[in-house]
Amino acid sequence: MSDTSRKQINPQTTQPEQQEDAVAASSTMHDELEHILDEIDEVLEENAEEFVKSYVQKGGE
Amino acid sequence: MALKKICGIETEYGIIHQGVEEFNPAYSSSVLISAYLAAQESEHPRWDFNDEMPGNDARGFSRTDVLSPDMHPQLANAILLNGARYYVDHAHPEISSPECGDALSAVLYDCAADVIMQRSMENAKAVLPAGEEIVVYKNNSDGKGNSYGCHENYLMDRTVPFSLVAQGIMAHFITRQIYCGAGKVGMETVGEEPTREGFQLTSRADFIEEQIGLETTIKRPIINTRDEPHADYRRFRRLHVIVGDANMSQVATLLKVGTTAFVLAMIEDDFLPREIVFAHPVAALRNISSDLSLAEPQQMADGTQATALDIQWEMYELSRKFSELGGLEQVGEKSGQMVLDRWEQVLTGLEADPMSLADQIDWVAKHRLIAGYRDRHSLSWDDPRLKAFDLQYHDLRPEKCIASRVGLEQIVDPEAVLVATATPPRDTRAYFRGRCLEKFGTHILAANWDSVLFDTDGDSRITLMDPMQGETEELARLFDMCETPAELLEHMGGKHV
Repeated sequence: MSDTSRKQINPQTTQPEQQEDAVAASSTMHDELEHILDEIDEVLEENAEEFVKSYVQKGGE
Repeated sequence: MALKKICGIETEYGIIHQGVEEFNPAYSSSVLISAYLAAQESEHPRWDFNDEMPGNDARGFSRTDVLSPDMHPQLANAILLNGARYYVDHAHPEISSPECGDALSAVLYDCAADVIMQRSMENAKAVLPAGEEIVVYKNNSDGKGNSYGCHENYLMDRTVPFSLVAQGIMAHFITRQIYCGAGKVGMETVGEEPTREGFQLTSRADFIEEQIGLETTIKRPIINTRDEPHADYRRFRRLHVIVGDANMSQVATLLKVGTTAFVLAMIEDDFLPREIVFAHPVAALRNISSDLSLAEPQQMADGTQATALDIQWEMYELSRKFSELGGLEQVGEKSGQMVLDRWEQVLTGLEADPMSLADQIDWVAKHRLIAGYRDRHSLSWDDPRLKAFDLQYHDLRPEKCIASRVGLEQIVDPEAVLVATATPPRDTRAYFRGRCLEKFGTHILAANWDSVLFDTDGDSRITLMDPMQGETEELARLFDMCETPAELLEHMGGKHV
């Protein structure tokens, strides 16, 4: 596989369409991130400081 | 021609025991494993330490002060129906996968190991007093300077000098972290400036202090020299790799194992056109881990500069060429093709916009979420909530795991993963071990990677010295036909598979 082929972007898409697609994709990604963060807020250990402090492991291997 | 790259993954899981004042991690690990084994209907014979020599060094000498993890005979240490080993290693529960025929199979058995861990937590909860729970984390450090490993193993041809293997693979181990790093909040290197953004690509870089060496618990090297083939030592070497992170992402695991198998096969076939040598390997490994832009060039020994992406593109292009000249046979046709396509796609994504890989690469998924969470709550990088977030990304309890909530792409069928918890791969010697357990479990006194010892009269040890020896029509017929191990031994007409 050559350098040119890996850097090729879909040549059929025109530039304004690309921009619109990018904005829409970015907005969807943002919503999705917010949704995941909402969910994580619910499952995250309640006392983060205590949890982090108590998570002590012995070295292994 | 290069040997088929039989491979495997050993994961030491982090462990906590909730609901008790203090806990002994070795004991709690043993409780976890024993609870799982007790809940199974099958027999799980003890591990046989007959062939353990962790002090043997691939550079040609041996040390006697390196001990097997046989800490206590009463700590759980068993062989599973899928050919894996499940045991207490120092202070952690560990699953060493069965020998796998290719990277895709390694992903399948890595996922199966995680399912076994989830079941173990449920089984342990059922037998522990109310209010107690043992929880495992598939990560590599506690954030306080203590690390535990996720090791890989690859079958190598003994006739290829170890020094060539070490020289050839070093640059790959330094640079592959850009797609197989699991990501980490903060750093654990004493006496150094904090990472630039409070986040780095890998969990392990902070613990790598040497270029090459036998150690795995202190002064960890990029290249580990443990020479313990667990197979015919005249023909085989087992490259024991300790530099990597444990991955939650299946794509990252596929690439970690698959790209390494490609580079090792190319070393064996003398296909690499030049040596790629970093001027300062350990510093380069750490610099790359802390450079989220992936753009900072590193100094090479020949006076030039290169980024990790430059080197990975070179490895990829060579592997593609190698595969076109017949190299796929050594890494598995289907798996090798999948690795190449994904490797190209991931390098393209990393170059254009790493965040486009949030569904495939652990450090990207973790960084995107943690940065989002940090913004949402206006937190500084040293806020314990971010560290808690990092730990919980690797929590294997389905109700707590963050990694399972971020939409990571699955490349193996969940049904096949369940089957793999109790069925060995068919294309390696794990097949023989697994079938023996399934059929004659109550008659096995002990077993390990290269032998099975039955309770029959006389010499009843069958050795498995070739990791590439998988299922054959004859072996399948024998397992169907024989009712006792004595019959099996008799029909095999020898003590070797």
